[in-house]
Amino acid sequence: MDAKDILGLPKNALPLSQEKKSKPPKEPQRKPDGISREVYMLTGGVPPLMPAIDTSQLKRRPPTDEKVTWQWLSFSNSARKDDLKLYHWVRVVNGVPPTGDYPFAKYNKSVDVIKYTDEEYENYLTNPKWSKEETDTLFELCERFDLRFVLIADRFPSSRTVEELKDRYYCVTRAILIARAPSPADVSAHQLIKEPYNVKQETERKRALSMVLSQTKYQERKDVEVLAEAKRIHESRILAKSAEEPEVPSTSDVGTENADRTVLPGSVSPVSGAATAVADNATTLASLRMMRVYLRTYALDQMVQAVSASAGLRTIKRVEQTLQDLGVNLKPKVPTKSVCGEHLELRKEILTLLNLQKQLQYKEAEGSSYREGSYNTDTPETPKRSHRAGEQDRPFVPEPSSFGGDRIGKRDQKRKGPGRSSDAPSSPATKRARKLKADG
Amino acid sequence: MTQTPPSAPKDDSNRPEATASPINKPENSPEERENKNLSRRVKDVEISVPIVYGTIAFWLGRKATESQSHRWTVYVRGGTNEDLSVVVKRVVFQLHPSFNNPIRVVDSPPFELSECGWGEFEIAISLYFHSDAGDRKLDVFHHLKLYPLEQNGPQSTKKPVVMETYDEVVFPDPSEQFLARVQNHPAVVVPRLPAGLELPSSASTEERRGSMKDHPLGHWFMNFSEADELLKLAAARQQVQAHIVKLRRQMSMVEGSSGTADPASAF
Repeated sequence: MDAKDILGLPKNALPLSQEKKSKPPKEPQRKPDGISREVYMLTGGVPPLMPAIDTSQLKRRPPTDEKVTWQWLSFSNSARKDDLKLYHWVRVVNGVPPTGDYPFAKYNKSVDVIKYTDEEYENYLTNPKWSKEETDTLFELCERFDLRFVLIADRFPSSRTVEELKDRYYCVTRAILIARAPSPADVSAHQLIKEPYNVKQETERKRALSMVLSQTKYQERKDVEVLAEAKRIHESRILAKSAEEPEVPSTSDVGTENADRTVLPGSVSPVSGAATAVADNATTLASLRMMRVYLRTYALDQMVQAVSASAGLRTIKRVEQTLQDLGVNLKPKVPTKSVCGEHLELRKEILTLLNLQKQLQYKEAEGSSYREGSYNTDTPETPKRSHRAGEQDRPFVPEPSSFGGDRIGKRDQKRKGPGRSSDAPSSPATKRARKLKADG
Repeated sequence: MTQTPPSAPKDDSNRPEATASPINKPENSPEERENKNLSRRVKDVEISVPIVYGTIAFWLGRKATESQSHRWTVYVRGGTNEDLSVVVKRVVFQLHPSFNNPIRVVDSPPFELSECGWGEFEIAISLYFHSDAGDRKLDVFHHLKLYPLEQNGPQSTKKPVVMETYDEVVFPDPSEQFLARVQNHPAVVVPRLPAGLELPSSASTEERRGSMKDHPLGHWFMNFSEADELLKLAAARQQVQAHIVKLRRQMSMVEGSSGTADPASAF
């Protein structure tokens, strides 16, 4: 039964009963010889995984008149140029040792590197970038290393890249092939002529590959963000376009209006490093205006997205956390125009606040590392990372004052309770922040 | 929502004012004036219509059967219970497919629908507007709530479960005709119009038939106070701004003392 468990078969599998029903007369034959009854019972009649060949059958051989012996004999390897004699065990049938070449000699492949004469070089192969001596050396090395260009480049006397070497080799070979052929059609099917070596593409490919491989995690994340953003912009443009289309007569109006809007946003309160967000804002507004009718909450969602477009997911989370701490609904309960406006402004201000916090932490880390010693001034973030990370995780905690509901009060108490594991390592920064909070 | 109302009744928005006399706007070129009123849109004006949609559900108590434990009403009403029919032509409620005729069309105010049932589900509500307001529809979704949240105490036949959502239907750059028609209606919020804008005169002799002011369920309607919301937001903004100022001050201190003194000691 164990075997069945392992194979995941049902315990009283159908095949078993079927087998029993269909082949009752063969019952005595079901247990093959050579397997003990107990072992066979363990498998429950399921065909065993291992080939269970009757051992008696193994011993039985087709009747032969061959007399096989194994002998320790010497052999020669045609792939070797020296006449070294080595020994190995060989199967000898009826006292006749096997004839013929050593079976592994055929794997000693070598490349047929084209040889050119001086005359051919003069006629077809001259190249201002390559001297004849260099080309000769290249072909020698190609022969010696069987076109392993990495090795060739390593051994090559003057400094040439792998791509240059390959290019020269394949160009020469092609030129010779074409020159020696009676007509171009004869060699047009040749691999080297059909698919010429493309240096530019090869260099570009390697460059791109090394770029991808040398990318840091951070850059990758940034790339993903940028792509997501691009997709969003693209979608919003499509939306704007489709909204624009039904109003063919007023298209020109819309266009100028759009331009006006993008110039205007200077009036929007500046969020540091969020110029794109501001521009986005304008496009969102424009695309909203092109709709004939929409819900206020939909517009707010769009605007919130536009405002936080420049921020990372983490920052957006922190904004929302801050809103909750302030006792403000993430989505206003009464989304009138002015409420939505205020809500947006609040979000922008929180973004500014978080940005400031980050900058301040950075400045502090920079300053302290400067004082600590000159050895780490050029990489201030590495030694400081741990305590900066701790600081970053601490969300902006508003004072439980004026309007605060009891929810906030509770939350704050929890924060102040003993055993706050998150703040346990009391770095100078967190200490200072706590002090700030106290006197705030 | 994919369904459209099975039988689209004739457009009832072709009221007398739809064929209003041409207006004279000196700044418009003659060919523009020849355009239909419908297509001319008033730029930089935004009409908004506060709406509230939701459900009120009564537990039937002893009369409850297994399949009909609650009687509920789903509705779309004006923000302060005004007649929405000036803007909304038709409301289509899409109920759970287990109901008979799950797509219910309500063509006249009050835009509401009562049913009996036992289960909560999402009701899709489609709002259709009069043709001068644009022929697009809006979909909103409301989750029918029958059973009270725990903190609101046990079920009772006296106190219904009320779930409402406030939203505003916004018409950016409305047509002149639409603007003129609804301009003075209490259900509609129209901003101060740009000076010099003349609108076709509208006969505002609408009878107030669709008002839900004296609705039998009226005292269960929730109040949505914009002022409360604004107050809360203002307080929050004040806090954040104060914090920003504080951070800026710290920042300048750190910058000033960088490399000379410990910024932490400044506090």
